[in-house]
Amino acid sequence: MNSLSIKFAGLAAALAAGAAHAVNDLPGGPGVRQLNLHEAATRIAAEISWLHWFMLITCTVIFILVFGVMFYSIWKHRKSVGHKAANFHESATVEVVWTLIPFLIVILMALPATKVLVASKDTGNADLTIKATGYQWKWGYDYLNGEGSGLSFLSTLDSSHRALSNAGAAGSDVPNDYLLKVDNPLVVPVDKKVRIITTANDVIHAWGVPAFGVKQDAIPGFVRDTWFRSEKTGDFYGQCYELCGKEHAYMPIHVKVVSAQEYTAWVADQQKKMAAKQDDPAKVWTLEDITARGAKVYAANCAACHQENGKGGGPIKALDGSPIVVDADKAKEIDVVLNGRGAMPPWKQLSDTDLAAVISFTKNHWSNKTGQIVQPSEVLAARK
Amino acid sequence: MSAVLPTPGHAHEHHDAAHHAPTGWRRWVYATNHKDIGTLYLLFSFTMLMVGGVLAMGIRAELFEPGLQLLNPELFNQLTTMHGLIMVFGAIMPAFVGFGNWMIPLQIGASDMAFARMNNFSFWLLVPAGIILSASFFMPGGAPAAGWTLYAPLTLQMGSSMDAAIFAIHIMGASSIMGSINIIVTILNMRAPGMTLMKMPMFCWTWLITAYLLVAVMPVLAGAITMTITDRHFGTTFFNPAGGGDPVMYQHIFWFFGHPEVYIMILPAFGIISHVVPAFSRKRLFGYASMVYAVAAIAILSFIVWAHHMFTTGMPVTGQLFFMYATMLISVPTAVKVFNWTATMWQGSMTFETPMLFAVGFIFVFTIGGFTGLILAMAPIDLLLQDTYYVVAHFHYVLVAGSLFALFAGFYYWSPKWTGHMYNETRGKIHFWWSLISFNVTFFPMHFLGLAGMPRRYADYPMQFADFNMWASIGGFAFGLAQVYFFLFVVLPVMRGQGAAAPQRPWNDPDGKGAEGLEWEVPSPAPFHTFETPPRLDASATRVLDAMPGHINPNAAPGAVSH
Repeated sequence: MNSLSIKFAGLAAALAAGAAHAVNDLPGGPGVRQLNLHEAATRIAAEISWLHWFMLITCTVIFILVFGVMFYSIWKHRKSVGHKAANFHESATVEVVWTLIPFLIVILMALPATKVLVASKDTGNADLTIKATGYQWKWGYDYLNGEGSGLSFLSTLDSSHRALSNAGAAGSDVPNDYLLKVDNPLVVPVDKKVRIITTANDVIHAWGVPAFGVKQDAIPGFVRDTWFRSEKTGDFYGQCYELCGKEHAYMPIHVKVVSAQEYTAWVADQQKKMAAKQDDPAKVWTLEDITARGAKVYAANCAACHQENGKGGGPIKALDGSPIVVDADKAKEIDVVLNGRGAMPPWKQLSDTDLAAVISFTKNHWSNKTGQIVQPSEVLAARK
Repeated sequence: MSAVLPTPGHAHEHHDAAHHAPTGWRRWVYATNHKDIGTLYLLFSFTMLMVGGVLAMGIRAELFEPGLQLLNPELFNQLTTMHGLIMVFGAIMPAFVGFGNWMIPLQIGASDMAFARMNNFSFWLLVPAGIILSASFFMPGGAPAAGWTLYAPLTLQMGSSMDAAIFAIHIMGASSIMGSINIIVTILNMRAPGMTLMKMPMFCWTWLITAYLLVAVMPVLAGAITMTITDRHFGTTFFNPAGGGDPVMYQHIFWFFGHPEVYIMILPAFGIISHVVPAFSRKRLFGYASMVYAVAAIAILSFIVWAHHMFTTGMPVTGQLFFMYATMLISVPTAVKVFNWTATMWQGSMTFETPMLFAVGFIFVFTIGGFTGLILAMAPIDLLLQDTYYVVAHFHYVLVAGSLFALFAGFYYWSPKWTGHMYNETRGKIHFWWSLISFNVTFFPMHFLGLAGMPRRYADYPMQFADFNMWASIGGFAFGLAQVYFFLFVVLPVMRGQGAAAPQRPWNDPDGKGAEGLEWEVPSPAPFHTFETPPRLDASATRVLDAMPGHINPNAAPGAVSH
């Protein structure tokens, strides 16, 4: 019983302290104990916010009126204060009146909603068009049109945050952007109309940024679109809004809105990086170099499921000592990683070099010491 | 013994044998009596409520703090999925069927349901289905983890428990369809003479309309889940874009079922409230005809609003506008019902025993859920709130504070008739206040979480959402405990025969004001067989007149006209 009361005391202390973690509001993201919608960064979001206040106030007023009447009745028309029941039980007039009035109120609510909805669907004449592809479990961005077209990258949750989640997010050093930080944010210029085309690679995801007032499902095999024009610079956050499997909570969206000059500079910088990263698939790598590259690919893509120690867990297979990984026939592991198997998703979207690197890494790490090396050209050949 | 006319030659044997109700396990396994089957449904649904509740406790335990403490995300998704499936198909729907079985024959003066043996089959089908759903956690790969809505193409990635769950849902659907046919035929054919449809009790009206909804939409769900299973195993690609299929089509088919489904879960609740409020206001239900038309309007409208669950799938703006307008329209007949209940209370003479507490609590908290539904109906707002905790808050307000509270109101109201004993009034009040307060502590903060953008079905969340999640978890545990208290300290005692003996009319004053209906014309507890011959009714079809000569069964034992 002593340990029980100690636990209760601990719980009480935790409650009294409120959030034991010292966390602050995240500008452009959620606020601590936030009560209402995000502060709007776009006009559409501002109008949605207005619409919500309008609805909330109207509904609250109606609620108070109706339940004022009811509670008055509960107070005055009780048997215990001696009130005797009246006999009336119908009135066609009253029924008509209290059908018509809600009907009119609903029409009045629908008018501003229509205006905002039509505006939110008008995706024409965009300054910039970006495709957002939902993957299990990350976002891929392709700049299709406008300044920066041709840029293409994946945006994945910071792997240290994922590890922190597994560790129970304990301690006071959990960052303010916990579960919202990505390696490559989406960068867009301020005050420009950005059209976001959504699609997916596998199952349905959804791309949404509350501060912009946008959300759009990302559906495999189909393209949908939405748009925003941010009137503020800064960082804005969103998450995946359609259940897409086990890492559904771990594929955030980070949009960095910058000034026009900063954007131009960023685009130039990215184009240089892309050119440098353009791996020559015919290049022949040494084992040491390719496994070093593979370690990075593993940490960014595989460790979330297979763990840093390669041991997996539950239904996730261990790579350390895996028969497929140590098999003399390299095609076996290439096939699993490229095309997926069962719950393991395919990784076609990674480059030949990244795939060759990570496969070589797994074959030569932990207790696996095959000495095998997989070259990017072998992965390229295995793609049908 | 549901024959109205005496069978020549067998009458004496039948009658003697019928005085002994079947006993032992055969009474329950071979049950054809609507009261026994009603009891079976209610006990089954409460068991499923506990199972679904345990799953909810797992969810809230994990979400108590940010970070993963107890579960991995895959198991978490299994919990959210099975909590939904078990509560919808195992707890709420069978509970209303249980009430329907107990009360419909009594309220219309019929001796039993039209198809007594099919009634038995409808119930017993649920047991293997419930076992399959509950045991799916132990199958390889764990329980299905695609959300109770089972969206494709995520369902194509699930393990073998997905197929087991689809099988279980098929079984439950068959049970529901058979039960609905039973209810429709019973209500349309077996009302006592003089009880026209517009004199029928409101609970029977709501069940009649609900039964039509069920017959119309359960086959649609069967279609959606069958297409899922053929996509998974038989090479079809209905929902797989790689083969030319359309994942959004699944959503259309599912929600064409899904939206009427939620009205299926609330209309009988409206019926129960329409009995309790007049009884404890000592005043007839205001606007009976309007109430019937309102329920019919809600049911018809429920067929044309399904895509409000799909505002973000990318449908053209015209489609969004249509579904927005149609959805907002449903609030009108619902509001009319709230006004009519209020007008019933107005100038009444109210007392607040536990049934009335739950009924008034229902109106209050269900209306909050209704308003958040109206807010969600506004498509631009829905863009921000779709798939967030605002939606979770909304549907728990209407399903828990709505359907479940109405079920509690009905239990407290009718259990004296079922068991012959009065429940303990103090404990009933404790159950009410404990449930009401803990319910609001659990689900009100979820509105804020949704507005702040916290998505649904998340095993872990950004730190800023921590405080409200902690409150919701604490409230959730308290709410669950309240229901355990309810069963152990309110239900079990009256089932075991403890508590004051219930009079035939526990809810009427000496001057007769209070509860109305044919169920109060029979003793408490209601005898095994009631209304074996159709009663002769007064003009309002609420009282049985003295039996006329000629209506007495000439072959019956003396004094055995009505039990």
